[in-house]
Amino acid sequence: MLVNATLAHYSDWFYASAVVVYVLAMAFYLVEQGMTKTRRQRERELVAVGGGDPALADQVPGEPTEEPPARGRDRADRIGRMGMALNVLGVLLHAAAVLLRGLAVGRVPWGNMYEYDSAVCLVALVTWLVLVRKFDVRRLSAFVLLPVVVLLFLGGTMLYSTASPLQPALQSYWLVIHVSAAITATGLLLVAGVASLLYLARAGNERDPRRLARFASRLPAADVLDRLAYRVTVLAFPLFTFGVICGAIWAESAWGRFWGWDPKETCAFVAWVCYAAYLHARATAGWRGNRAAMVNVVAFAVMVFNLFFINLVTVGFHSYAGVA
Amino acid sequence: MIQGLLAFLRNAWRGLTTMRTALILLALLALGALPGALLPQRQLDKARVEKYITDHGWWGQLLDRLQFYDVYSSVWFSAVYFLLFVSLVGCLAPRTAEYLRQVRAKPVITPRNLSRLPHHDRATVDRDVDEVIAAARSALRGWRIAESTEDNGARTVSAERGYLRETGNLVFHFALLGLVVAFAIGKLYSYSGQVAVVATGTQFCNSGLLSYDSFTPGLRVDGTDLDPFCVRVNGFRASYLPTGEADTFDADMDYQSGGDLSTGTWRHYDLRVNEPLRTVGDRVYLIGHGYAPEFTVIFPDGQQRSSTVQWPPADPTTLLSAGTTTFDPPNTTDPAELRKHQLAITGLLAPTAVYDGTLLSSAFPAAFDPAVAVDVYRGDLGNNSGLSHSLLTIDQSMVDQGRLVKQARQNLKPGEEIKLDDGTRIRFDKVEQFVQLQISHDPTQVFVLVFAVLMLVGLAGSLTIKRRRLWIRAAPADAEAAGERTVVEVGGLARTDQAGYGEEFTKLATHLLAVTSADRRGT
Repeated sequence: MLVNATLAHYSDWFYASAVVVYVLAMAFYLVEQGMTKTRRQRERELVAVGGGDPALADQVPGEPTEEPPARGRDRADRIGRMGMALNVLGVLLHAAAVLLRGLAVGRVPWGNMYEYDSAVCLVALVTWLVLVRKFDVRRLSAFVLLPVVVLLFLGGTMLYSTASPLQPALQSYWLVIHVSAAITATGLLLVAGVASLLYLARAGNERDPRRLARFASRLPAADVLDRLAYRVTVLAFPLFTFGVICGAIWAESAWGRFWGWDPKETCAFVAWVCYAAYLHARATAGWRGNRAAMVNVVAFAVMVFNLFFINLVTVGFHSYAGVA
Repeated sequence: MIQGLLAFLRNAWRGLTTMRTALILLALLALGALPGALLPQRQLDKARVEKYITDHGWWGQLLDRLQFYDVYSSVWFSAVYFLLFVSLVGCLAPRTAEYLRQVRAKPVITPRNLSRLPHHDRATVDRDVDEVIAAARSALRGWRIAESTEDNGARTVSAERGYLRETGNLVFHFALLGLVVAFAIGKLYSYSGQVAVVATGTQFCNSGLLSYDSFTPGLRVDGTDLDPFCVRVNGFRASYLPTGEADTFDADMDYQSGGDLSTGTWRHYDLRVNEPLRTVGDRVYLIGHGYAPEFTVIFPDGQQRSSTVQWPPADPTTLLSAGTTTFDPPNTTDPAELRKHQLAITGLLAPTAVYDGTLLSSAFPAAFDPAVAVDVYRGDLGNNSGLSHSLLTIDQSMVDQGRLVKQARQNLKPGEEIKLDDGTRIRFDKVEQFVQLQISHDPTQVFVLVFAVLMLVGLAGSLTIKRRRLWIRAAPADAEAAGERTVVEVGGLARTDQAGYGEEFTKLATHLLAVTSADRRGT
């Protein structure tokens, strides 16, 4: 299968544009986040208006019900909407880049680390757009965009590899199944990891309002962030399990054994155990909340470690990075 | 004394089976598995382990003593997963008993005050109590329900559903246990071995350890009772992109197994990467390939000997290969005489030759313009000393002792030859290809797969299904106004911490209360 250089070129162009648009969207979101009132500001406003219902003051953004119709909020909302518009545009450009890469090489667009990285970011952002429709968390988009932009930048510079066909070991329909499951799970778990990180910031601030006062008091309530992280992980964990099982089936037909403690397999196992620990921790008294969130963050760190360190540094069967 | 011991055991058991201990063990399992990804492992690459130990001095040796190069068979890793295993059993046993009890139990009776529940709704409707209960019964199809009548004439329905959540959870954990057991049994009875076969119609038969170049047996495998089958490799094709990257590998192969062995029937199979041959419980994989030069030696007395031996790739991208081909002199039975005249041809093979001066290297992995750069040695190869020796290199100690002496060094193209001082001529005829095959046997892997699929099914059930309860109380209204005969109250409670029950409850409650409103219009 020959490579269509024109399409590959367009793909690269779309990729670069998507990154630029994401950075712009991030700027808008950050402005929106900055204009969101802190808890104390909101309390003060409510006292000034005379709506001294302490229950209301305790309420925090996150539930779409309470939306103080202040003018500042309106402007913030407009800027947030612009960020969202840019974000959607970025996702479209990004999706076009992935699609064109696939068309250019006549195969699924996840045959090396650059393509994998790009696809993971796309899944993460699509997941996020879906979540923003369900939860009132739009102004947090910058915190999801930040790791995505970093990953895309690393992908475009350090990991970049030109469009080329697959090596024989990867020519299998399991590439479609196993790797797409891994990509989807990783993309989802990225969002969950960010939510848990924000949870840690917010929960610390709720315990002691002086901690991260300017940053964390603008975040949604801790339980909203916790629910967000849990919901996404609950979806991603079976997918991840499915991906690992598919990997084992593929390994059986490609390498002669379904499990051989190859570094990548080991690291996937470690991540799986960490996510299992997160799910258990969240149902265990004394571990719910902070500790569970920490486990989730550690688990995602293992996923990132698995992607970068294992692919680039260690020697194993999964050496498909294609990084010169 | 005995009581104290029993108390200790009981406490240890209780401690071990708590969720907290399980969490710590899970963390230890993750932490313990990690060194296996970072340090070289014997099971994957013995040579790298040895190199790592020599490179790191006392630190490397300490790690070795602590079994860090055999993480997955180490005492400490085994201890962690054994404890986790026990903890899991200790957690599952009571839960299974509880589950069996609950499956047969009726839904709990309706609480006195439904408005205290997280989900609650209430309306007064124009139907009598029995009609409301009948409507509820049909709306709650699929729920497990129990009805009761209270003293004041009110009737209630308690309903519960989502039992499959716990079913899924138990299935997942039992399947996990099953998977670990199947995996462990597999480690006892599995084996795998590798062998290089020159692709010129050479046969390989799975008859014993000696037919392999390397063999990794399970703990209960001694290599005497292997599944008999034979393969014959007729040819090998590799295609490359202009960049030199491989595109396809394809070994043209015949095999016989089972009844075919006695009748001598050969069946054809195209062996490819990702498409192993599966026969009589064994699998044959194509895991590598390379070149095998054919050399012919014409001895001074005119006798000829030919040999084609694999020279494995030294550079995987250009397939520049390195190896050694050896010859024994003909008509020599005296060992002392034999050891003076053994020949070794050792050096490099390039499938597409390029030269830097006289230094040979390879420009492309396909055999467009093959050439070899060889040293010819004569003397004692040292292969009769009883020590193990490598097929791929000469014994350097023999060279150092002066018992193996270099006779010539030359670059050869196919058809070219080297003439030694005694009149012996060594001709490089051509290159053939060889395939590296792996034979694997694992009798329990299909069980592992079944358990893995069960785990996935159980996991999906336990993470998506919600265990929830619903209660309805229909009581006659105190003062019966027109169209207001019955007070209906609905309450709901999700038993798991998963959000999302609210939507279902609202839907059900409005349905239950609206059915009656619609009826009111009708009557």
